[in-house]
Amino acid sequence: MSAPSDHSKSSPLATYFAVWAALLFGTFLTYEVAKIDLGPWNAAVALTIASTKALLVALFFMHIKGAHERLLKLVVITTIAFLIILLTLSMADYATRVWN
Amino acid sequence: MPDSQIVVETATHAEAHNPALLHHFAEPQQQRDAASLGMWIFLATEVMFFGGLFCAYLIYRTWYFADFAAASTSINAALGGANTAVLICSSLTVVLAIWAAQTSRRALMLLMLVLTMLFGLSFLGIKGIEYHDKFVEHHVPGASFSFEHQEVPSHPGQYANPRHAEIFFALYFIMTGLHALHMIVGLGIFAWLLWMAWKGHFTPEYHTPLEIGGLYWHFVDIVWIYLFPLLYLIDRHK
Repeated sequence: MSAPSDHSKSSPLATYFAVWAALLFGTFLTYEVAKIDLGPWNAAVALTIASTKALLVALFFMHIKGAHERLLKLVVITTIAFLIILLTLSMADYATRVWN
Repeated sequence: MPDSQIVVETATHAEAHNPALLHHFAEPQQQRDAASLGMWIFLATEVMFFGGLFCAYLIYRTWYFADFAAASTSINAALGGANTAVLICSSLTVVLAIWAAQTSRRALMLLMLVLTMLFGLSFLGIKGIEYHDKFVEHHVPGASFSFEHQEVPSHPGQYANPRHAEIFFALYFIMTGLHALHMIVGLGIFAWLLWMAWKGHFTPEYHTPLEIGGLYWHFVDIVWIYLFPLLYLIDRHK
């Protein structure tokens, strides 16, 4: 076997193809669900599907799952936290301010 | 005893002279982790970079929802969906290229890198068709912009405000344009990776540039995963 013993896993290929299939299915799903009238839930469903897809890419393609370095996880969590601060505080302001 | 001492020293020496290991790192794993951490910090700045635009989009979408819905419906969602699939396939070929490098499959690694670039070029081609459509329809913000008498979806008789729709198209062009710029940079990075791979620089022990380039490519994929539903699928139901 020429395969190196890194992470002592067998072959990651099955995972890669499963994630790929799930991502394509998610794309199909978000495209079809958009045609159904769910009122305000359309945006929620679309963002949930998008976030699930993004999570799959980050965990399995960008290898956050199985990353042994805790510093890296800290960077990722901090990034998401600051993005949430940016979006929620801005929207809290715009949603509660009285405009004219 | 001096003999065994020499053997030990040559062994240490040989490891220290691993051609891929830079002298200021103790071991290859530390060097790899440092590179990966640096890339993740760069991606953090990229998240905030795109985050500002997503925030602007969110605010205007809340204010001018009906106009945004009308403008969004004028974009070809099938092309956007096709482009999402193309990028997902390119992300798969990136991880397969890294796997091929890890398992010493040179031909497969080169093939996957070429496929990644072909998917990237297809994405830009499809994007070009889309931009051309918008240009022909006068939906590019500016002096010749026109969005008159466009009905708001599921509100017959109600027309979108062209000024508000123009904001949607401005955000559409800035966000997809910035994303496309990242794709072009990505293609440059992968052309370089392909050249390095062709020259035989990547081995199962050392292929950090592939992993770092891959992180960038996947990040650009994730940005698109959010852009697609937010820009193309606001209010598609009739």
